[in-house]
Amino acid sequence: MSFFKKLKEKLTTSTDQAAEKFKTGLTKTRDNFSSKVNDLVARYRKIDEDFFEELEEILIGADVGFDTVMDLIEQLKHEVKRRNTKDPAEVRDIITEKLVAIYQNGEETPNELNIQEEGLTVILFVGVNGVGKTTTIGKLAHKFKSEGKTVLLAAGDTFRAGAIEQLEVWGERTGVDVIKQGEGSDPAAVMYDAVRAAKSRNADILLCDTAGRLQNKVNLMKELEKVKRVIEREVPGAPHEVLIVLDATTGQNAMVQAKTFKEATDVSGIVLTKLDGTAKGGIVLAIRKELEIPVKFVGLGEKMDDLQQFDAEKYVYGLFSTAFEETEQDSEEEE
Amino acid sequence: MAFEGLADRLQNTMQKIRGKGKVTEADVKEMMREVRLALLEADVNFKVVKNFVKKVSERSVGQEVMKSLTPGQQVIKVVKEELTELMGGEQSQIAVAKRSPTVIMMVGLQGAGKTTTTGKLANLLRKRYNRKPLLVAADIYRPAAIKQLETLGKQLNMPVFSLGDQVSPVEIAKQAIEQAKADHHDYVLIDTAGRLHVDEDLMGELKDIKELTNPDEIFLVVDAMTGQDAVNVAQSFNDQLGVTGVILTKLDGDTRGGAALSIRAVTEKPIKFAGMGEKLDALEPFHPERMASRILGMGDVLTLIEKAQTNVDSEKAKELEQKMRTMSFTFDDFLEQLGQVRSMGPLDEIIKMLPGANKIKGLNNVQVDEKQISHIEAIIQSMTSEEKQHPEIISSGRKKRIAKGSGTSIQEVNRLLKQFEEMKKMMKQMSGMQQKGKKKGMPFKFPFM
Repeated sequence: MSFFKKLKEKLTTSTDQAAEKFKTGLTKTRDNFSSKVNDLVARYRKIDEDFFEELEEILIGADVGFDTVMDLIEQLKHEVKRRNTKDPAEVRDIITEKLVAIYQNGEETPNELNIQEEGLTVILFVGVNGVGKTTTIGKLAHKFKSEGKTVLLAAGDTFRAGAIEQLEVWGERTGVDVIKQGEGSDPAAVMYDAVRAAKSRNADILLCDTAGRLQNKVNLMKELEKVKRVIEREVPGAPHEVLIVLDATTGQNAMVQAKTFKEATDVSGIVLTKLDGTAKGGIVLAIRKELEIPVKFVGLGEKMDDLQQFDAEKYVYGLFSTAFEETEQDSEEEE
Repeated sequence: MAFEGLADRLQNTMQKIRGKGKVTEADVKEMMREVRLALLEADVNFKVVKNFVKKVSERSVGQEVMKSLTPGQQVIKVVKEELTELMGGEQSQIAVAKRSPTVIMMVGLQGAGKTTTTGKLANLLRKRYNRKPLLVAADIYRPAAIKQLETLGKQLNMPVFSLGDQVSPVEIAKQAIEQAKADHHDYVLIDTAGRLHVDEDLMGELKDIKELTNPDEIFLVVDAMTGQDAVNVAQSFNDQLGVTGVILTKLDGDTRGGAALSIRAVTEKPIKFAGMGEKLDALEPFHPERMASRILGMGDVLTLIEKAQTNVDSEKAKELEQKMRTMSFTFDDFLEQLGQVRSMGPLDEIIKMLPGANKIKGLNNVQVDEKQISHIEAIIQSMTSEEKQHPEIISSGRKKRIAKGSGTSIQEVNRLLKQFEEMKKMMKQMSGMQQKGKKKGMPFKFPFM
């Protein structure tokens, strides 16, 4: 049985809404990527340099990240040689296998949030401008609230016009209080207030928004370090998660973002947003591999519940299922 | 290594070829592979890259390069020329309608920076063209988007037209134009909600606004960090709306900005402006040839020169040069020089603009500590004028006083004095070097690097 069949079986036995949602959200991603792989496979009768070069382009077109692509191609070449594969269709199975392997990195990928059973859990959100930090916080507030948790939001983006109001709207929508100061105030001071408030109100979850900042702005990155230090000082072991929000539309710079924000704030996970467009977000594979930061959530739309826990197998399944179903049909027809 | 600059890649290959007298077709092929990979790494779409490489390759294999005595430089020239051509000429003018008001629509994906850019553009119109724009809040979907534009309007002291978030954007646009006519605004800037290019309903809404307002400009706002998907987004918006120009945002980041090339190639529409910072005056005309250099990693020398020209007094520079030569360079001069350099912007950004700075050891990853510069300034300012002129008189007692006065330590004062001495020595060597025609490494090291 091919790798993909096994994966499919494993997943169809546990079909749940989330998987379905994941699939719909990823339809465009999948259509694009897998139909290209299929095109490629159909067009080539033998595996040669041109085949690999085109495969390379498909993967780069998915923003997978240059090094990862090179790595993958090397591995594929090696596998093809080892297995003496002559049929490009077989290569696709190997591609899938390798992509999952790259992501898994030989271990069960941690996609659960580090939520404290007792006491306060503080989650800090970081990232560049316009990736969807505030929206993600709104969605997560909704998620925790509906799990019966007491949630507080910290309006740490005191810089961008309207940012505090934006978070407040989410607070109203989800029925969650927002701790804030005025625009232009010190974000570290806001965090201090928020942590104090969360402790005195016995809140379960504190979600901390921060202003978007480009990672090459040294002073702004230092400000972020300070924000984190304030949280560390007030709650031992906090922040329990530092989530970097990445826009799936972003290209190779997402790697630099992940790296720099990790250096500054010890990022523990990724939220990959805007995956409902045509962008593929393939860079997360490279980030996982090079920086060992796992994806924890993906944003698949603008609604409150359009945030799903990331699952590597489902993700890859979403990327490849069309390709697989098509070949299944083909082989049935052949029979 | 990931994220190697285009320049690094090309330089490495060119160095291999530079050694040879003649270039073979195989050499060109290898070079082209490097060019291709470098462009892909810079996020240029792979289809665009393919065409580009084909073009460059044809010219390179042809007479131009192979028969050239300096094939490496010739290839760089060809690449740069083709890149600049692809990026198009400089076109930062904004349409003016025959009958006022001129209507501008701002469109793009979520988070591209439309609202901020709308504010910046209004500021530019008023400042540079003496216009009187009306800002229109037509993003009724994102929470507090209207509030954001209103806040920007307040900062700019400009009126913002809004009907709240319960009226359709088409209606808002319609009424806004009536209002603009009544109030004699000559420009109307419509800030629309961010949307996916594949969202048919919302794209339909933009078409409706376009139909109704008959805009003179439709600016597609695109994040400079966009990856391969830039072609899909640009193509789709352009096909459905017929954009008239592109504004590239967040170009003050460290992205290679290959999206610029992709967008330009698929839409053939000019990139008119670039967002260069979070402040409301940080919108600059887009310079295609500079962007080409940036993508090639050749350093943004032109911007640096411009900055230097506006910030450095040429008379003073001459005077300083004289002092360097005659070794009469004092702490006063140093302080002044420091101030001039700092007025050009954050130092690490200035260093990044230097061509080849990423190649010089110790300069490639330099993190300039602005705080440390402030310390240095404080130390010098704590010296008496006699000490500044004749630092050799600074005894340990004086050092103690200086350290106390500047809130630093004696060690720091010592370090600065030592480095200043070294700097002076270097300057002497440099002026000596000019006669001998010998060059060795970095001229001198600033104490704060």
